[in-house]
Amino acid sequence: MNAGRPSTTRLHWYWVVGATLVLIVAVIAGVMVGPIALSPVDIMASIINRVPFVSLDTELSVRDEAILWEIRMPRVILGVLVGSMLSAAGASYQGVFRNPLADPYLLGAGAGAGLGATIAIVYAPATSSWIVDPLPLAAFVGAIGGVALAYVLGYTVRSGRTAVTLILAGVAVASFLTALQTFLQQRDSDTLREVYGWILGSLNTAGWGDVALIAPYVAVCLSVVFIGRRLLDILAVGDTEAGTLGVRPGRVRLIFVIFATLGTAAVVSVSGLIGFVGIIVPHTVRLLTSASYRVVIPLSILVGGAFLVVADIIARVAISPGEIPIGVVTALIGAPFFAVVLRTSKGVVS
Amino acid sequence: MFRRLIPLVAVVAMVGAACGSGDSDDSRPPATQTTTSVPRTTSTEPQEPTTTTEAVDGGFPVAIDAPNGMVRIESKPERVVSISPTSTEVLFAIGAGEQVIAVDSMSNFPTNAPVTDLSAFTPSVEAIASFEPDLVFLSFDPGDIVAGLEAIGIPVILHGTALSVDDAYAQWEQTGAATGHFAEAVGLVADTVVNMETEFDSLPEQEVAMSYYYELDPTLYSVTSATFIGELLGPSGMMNIADAGDPDGSGYPQLNAEYIIASDPTLILLADTKCCGASGETVAERPGWDTLTAVVDDSVVELDDDIASRWGPRIAELVMDVVEAMLELEPSNA
Repeated sequence: MNAGRPSTTRLHWYWVVGATLVLIVAVIAGVMVGPIALSPVDIMASIINRVPFVSLDTELSVRDEAILWEIRMPRVILGVLVGSMLSAAGASYQGVFRNPLADPYLLGAGAGAGLGATIAIVYAPATSSWIVDPLPLAAFVGAIGGVALAYVLGYTVRSGRTAVTLILAGVAVASFLTALQTFLQQRDSDTLREVYGWILGSLNTAGWGDVALIAPYVAVCLSVVFIGRRLLDILAVGDTEAGTLGVRPGRVRLIFVIFATLGTAAVVSVSGLIGFVGIIVPHTVRLLTSASYRVVIPLSILVGGAFLVVADIIARVAISPGEIPIGVVTALIGAPFFAVVLRTSKGVVS
Repeated sequence: MFRRLIPLVAVVAMVGAACGSGDSDDSRPPATQTTTSVPRTTSTEPQEPTTTTEAVDGGFPVAIDAPNGMVRIESKPERVVSISPTSTEVLFAIGAGEQVIAVDSMSNFPTNAPVTDLSAFTPSVEAIASFEPDLVFLSFDPGDIVAGLEAIGIPVILHGTALSVDDAYAQWEQTGAATGHFAEAVGLVADTVVNMETEFDSLPEQEVAMSYYYELDPTLYSVTSATFIGELLGPSGMMNIADAGDPDGSGYPQLNAEYIIASDPTLILLADTKCCGASGETVAERPGWDTLTAVVDDSVVELDDDIASRWGPRIAELVMDVVEAMLELEPSNA
């Protein structure tokens, strides 16, 4: 099907091994490093103790155990899930829209989630008696609603239902929803810091509950994107040409947008709007390896998880015991890093 | 600690200037005799506090050395608009409540304050002017609200967030001077100082210094000792765990969850009960927080966000709540 494409469409085993090692190192660092120094030996012992019928002595107090297992571990795992999902979603968006600037928030998922979160923060009565925490739910619904609106708008255009009209519809919807969000935020100064903090993103208060909440979504959405990644390569030749190859561009686009959005909506609902990951991770992978989505999607999943875990280490350690919003770190560290990759690689951005 | 600086309130009674309108505002005896020696001037030089104290009540016009510049008030204001929940509380506490005709939408205390839909966050010159006020209190000027009101001849006093306790006291006294209730304002300051000192004096010596974590919202934003709240609670002798978390000096760091667990503060003070529904129960449910001594011992203090975010007379209540929680702890500490 892809005769004439260079051999770099192949996913070399050493790329996978390399990216997996990067992820493993990042996760180990994420578990070992924190504002509170716990000895690596004790951490290892505590992890081994989780294996049934094994009991090693550790120097960890009850509180240290809580720090390790209830705060640091879920935070690292959540970082992996969020980073992987945002990177894969970003790569998918770049593929279906053939636009290197596309990111997971392109069609209004970010603006919609922001509006949903703001509504929840401003209007949901403060009480602990909710069955479901209204904030993630509202962000999730907002993200999906934003993209649905953009899709409906983009596909009711009379002339031409192309990727470009969809992007323009997304821009319009995102501006509109952001305006509404800003309006609500301005009217309620008391919640300003909370809204602002949510928009910058944080994994600071994450727990296992958040991990359990988003893991199913991330698993399903990553699987779909992974399985369908070949179709993105076909779309890259253009809608008309893809059509002659038996692919229906509109349908492929819809499927990728649905699953990339579902996954994005799930992760931002617990982490807030962490920016930049969805752009720089796929591009870095592309510049270092291949422009083929058969390579970019799987490697972005691995590298994206690693990138966010590393960004989160910086977020919690740089001004410890203070926190830096992780969205600030991803841009602050990610942008210069990306510039270096851009300068030093010979790769081409498709 | 509570030596305050009354001279911040530089109030100059301008006796002569009021002569022309003797028919309107002569209900009070001229208690301003002592100030006749004060030159007829709008001088910005701070006057001796003693002079000011006796000078002002009932004596209009006055000039207030407000943070937004010298504000001249011709006669006793009868149509005061407060676009600041703190100013509203102060006005009512010093007996100026009857002169207040409108307060902003967030001014929910006292409950008999004339609440309107005026916004304290995005105030509008026209909306404020429509009440035809003769004095306006603001806590925040996002743009040209002060200039706009002054341009149409409405005196404005901008009392921004107090950075220190003395700063708050100075604002209360200025509020008194501007509304003809200076003596009450001075009394309020004195009472507050005494009440809080009495509270703190009731605390026994701490053999091991206690510590506290003060929560602004559930994403773990806190305040350091350099902030208004930090200074207010300073005499409690407790260590503030947020102090280590503020390298950039903003005073409002976001703390790391691990750090809070490891610090194991003696008291957890929640200033996010109204905004965000935080409570002893929600705190106990947070991952890892059930290991905290304060959670186990039920030393989580649910403060009133409104009191905690204002710098009005109810700060004494906040201090009382904290001291009470400390006293309850003492037996188990011994």
